[in-house]
Amino acid sequence: MNWYGRSLASGFLAVLAGLGFSSQVQAQTYPTRNITMIVPFAAGGPTDVIARIVTGHMAQTLGQTIIIENVVGAGGTTATTRAARAANDGYTLITGHMGTHAASVPLYPKLAYHPQKDFEPVGLLAGTPILILARKDFAPKDLKEFIAYVKANESKVNAAHAGVGSVSNVSCELLNSVLGVKPIGVPFNGTGPAMNALVAGQVDYMCDQIVNAVPQINGGTIKAYAVATPERNPSLPNVPTTAEAGLPAFQAQAWNAIFAPKGTPPDVVAKLNRAIVKALDDENVRKRLLELGSVIPPAADRTPAALGTLVKSEIAKWTPVVKPVN
Amino acid sequence: MGDIFTNLGLGFGVVFQFVQWTPAFLGGISIPIPVNILLCLIGALVGTLVGVLPGIGTIATVAMLLPITFGLPPVGALIMLAGIYYGAQYGGSTTSILVNIPGEAGSVVTALDGFQMAKRGRAGPALAIAAIGSFFAGCVATVLIALLGAPLTRIALAFGPAEYFSLMVLGLIFAVVLAKGSVLKAIAMIVLGLLLSMVGSDIETGASRMAFNIPELADGLGFATLAMGLFGFAEIIRNLDAGGETDRKLVQEKVSGLMPTRRDLKETTPAILRGTVLGSILGILPGGGAVIASFAAYTLEKKVAKDPSKFGHGEIRGVAAPESANNAAAQTSFIPLLTLGIPPNAVMALMVGAMTIHGIVPGPQVMQKQPDLVWGMIASMWVGNLMLLIINLPLVGIWVRLLRVPYRLMFPSIVVFCCIGIYSVNNAPTDVMIAGAFGLVGYWLIKHDFEPAPLLLGMVLGPLMEENLRRALLISRGDWSVFLTRPLSAVLMAIAAALLILAVLPSLRKKRDEVFVESEN
Repeated sequence: MNWYGRSLASGFLAVLAGLGFSSQVQAQTYPTRNITMIVPFAAGGPTDVIARIVTGHMAQTLGQTIIIENVVGAGGTTATTRAARAANDGYTLITGHMGTHAASVPLYPKLAYHPQKDFEPVGLLAGTPILILARKDFAPKDLKEFIAYVKANESKVNAAHAGVGSVSNVSCELLNSVLGVKPIGVPFNGTGPAMNALVAGQVDYMCDQIVNAVPQINGGTIKAYAVATPERNPSLPNVPTTAEAGLPAFQAQAWNAIFAPKGTPPDVVAKLNRAIVKALDDENVRKRLLELGSVIPPAADRTPAALGTLVKSEIAKWTPVVKPVN
Repeated sequence: MGDIFTNLGLGFGVVFQFVQWTPAFLGGISIPIPVNILLCLIGALVGTLVGVLPGIGTIATVAMLLPITFGLPPVGALIMLAGIYYGAQYGGSTTSILVNIPGEAGSVVTALDGFQMAKRGRAGPALAIAAIGSFFAGCVATVLIALLGAPLTRIALAFGPAEYFSLMVLGLIFAVVLAKGSVLKAIAMIVLGLLLSMVGSDIETGASRMAFNIPELADGLGFATLAMGLFGFAEIIRNLDAGGETDRKLVQEKVSGLMPTRRDLKETTPAILRGTVLGSILGILPGGGAVIASFAAYTLEKKVAKDPSKFGHGEIRGVAAPESANNAAAQTSFIPLLTLGIPPNAVMALMVGAMTIHGIVPGPQVMQKQPDLVWGMIASMWVGNLMLLIINLPLVGIWVRLLRVPYRLMFPSIVVFCCIGIYSVNNAPTDVMIAGAFGLVGYWLIKHDFEPAPLLLGMVLGPLMEENLRRALLISRGDWSVFLTRPLSAVLMAIAAALLILAVLPSLRKKRDEVFVESEN
């Protein structure tokens, strides 16, 4: 067969695979072509960076290129809807996070997908801890004083967030509900402008992912009261956990995980999961994730079943906290 | 002062770094390669080539090309990205001048007089003066960043929601002055632009507004989509009807000199200087400063000109000033990123993304911790601008020759490229349909002497204005007096009020007609 015939034949096979005819056969040989990884946020954001670090290693294990496609819009739900409708052959995956696969459920009553019904959980990648941050000259010195101050001055304090449905927004809603306060929330377009307002002292406090905040805290332009994870973070060893500082009820992490469209063959999911686990054990991958302040899940939390449980518990956690948009 | 030279020396040292290349086929002879200069050149070239596609503005170009820099070392990646950014910006100006299709807010103003110049056979001088003005502005802004970057940061932090709102009000007044026809029609267009900008989601509640349950409208109408329809497609339809044909033939026959004449240069020198100053100042303000730089510069030129009626009919100063302002602002918009580590706009957010990929998260200490990166970038700005001049001056001839392509061949390719451009920004077919619909709207508007430029500016300023108004009022708990009690905001409001009085009460000023040459048709 000449090259022309070969490429025709392989093209024909690819079409067949695309149509789902060979989903039984393909599992043994999967993957035979490039995999598309949809990232529902802009290139360079926390989720994108984590996805790129992990999929970079997964591609070596799987022996195929993983193409990252950044699809932005509507808090990541545009991309997630697209992924939910994609062919369930293992060649289209999505890196979802706490927002797209949990908080979106109570936030958008008309959501075109359901994180549990329309997706197969593949595996957890890494979590980004949430910090309680304040402008540098905000009166309270530690978390205890902060709690007392916010409760006493509920009508005066301003909490910034990066836009309705963003991680900083829903995690701050959780903090406010734990404290039993309803301060004024000032919306910004993204974490950059919100951080700018906090550095400039235009707003009092905000909750944000650790990645954006570490250099500002170290530079002394803002201060951090606590990190909302069970353990302190190596990149901010002096910042206490919420449990240590007296608010154990506030626990929040922006977790990122890979999902496949519902009905993706179980052995394909298993193969992808093994590639994730292998990546998370790689020295270089771990180093780069830790540099970002990420938390790498322990072995027990890396199975597809564990991710399924996490999604379920996260939806239950955010539903009473997050108000629907309309 | 000595520090500045040491630092700039460090920066240029980084940019002019040579790497020894020892290819096997030369048998062990190694050649020194200026890797970073090459990356800057490639970035500027690729940026220009992608940016010149109609519909792909700087944000889209940088976002699309960002992944190609991931494999490079951090300093090289950022230098290349900076090159891509300037290249994309200049590429956008090229389409504005040649085919009246601005890819982003800044180039809308360039299109006003740039395209008129092209119609009069002066596309060459328009493109050349844009490159020269940009280069000059780039040089000044680079020095400014090196000298005053840190103190200027304070200006960026002094601007809160109330100040931004007042600045945007001032911007809207500029939009009125931009109009060359009826003031009433200009105001109508601005208001329509503001209304269109409200499509999408409410910033405070997230509630969907005027989106008709179309998921693609959840984030609002895209600027490039609308600009493509109102300028690009509408212009094509107009050209295809009877009157346009002869107009087109004229363009092709009249092409004269490629380079600006001595008189052009003499006329534009003060305009370039003023544009550079305005752009440098406005560019520092994160979140919208750079957007209004180019039309603030245009407004200023129209105001100081002896014969303002020439503006909008191919006045070279109307190209030189906004292009210089645009580029100066593009440069100084790096200041908040370099000194605070906070990205002031979407393009800078992508730059931070590039740094994060390489494990560098910029913060207020980035200048101390990564001096080679910061000063390397500042030096690469200057080199990037030089590259643009080197790439684009020879290209002027080629671009102008493109205009000679018969229109029956040219318009289908413009339509195809527009569609590719619009589609590739969000991979959304809906965007192409929306642009098509606005093409028809735009044709109707042209036929009834409504200008699309004020509409687009209203559309750009609308969200900035609304968001900052609501933020300011949320923080002040509904007290409207903040706009007048905060000194910076009060000054901006006073300037806006003064301009408005000059514009609306003609009896106060005899020469009013020179500003708004009303109902000349």
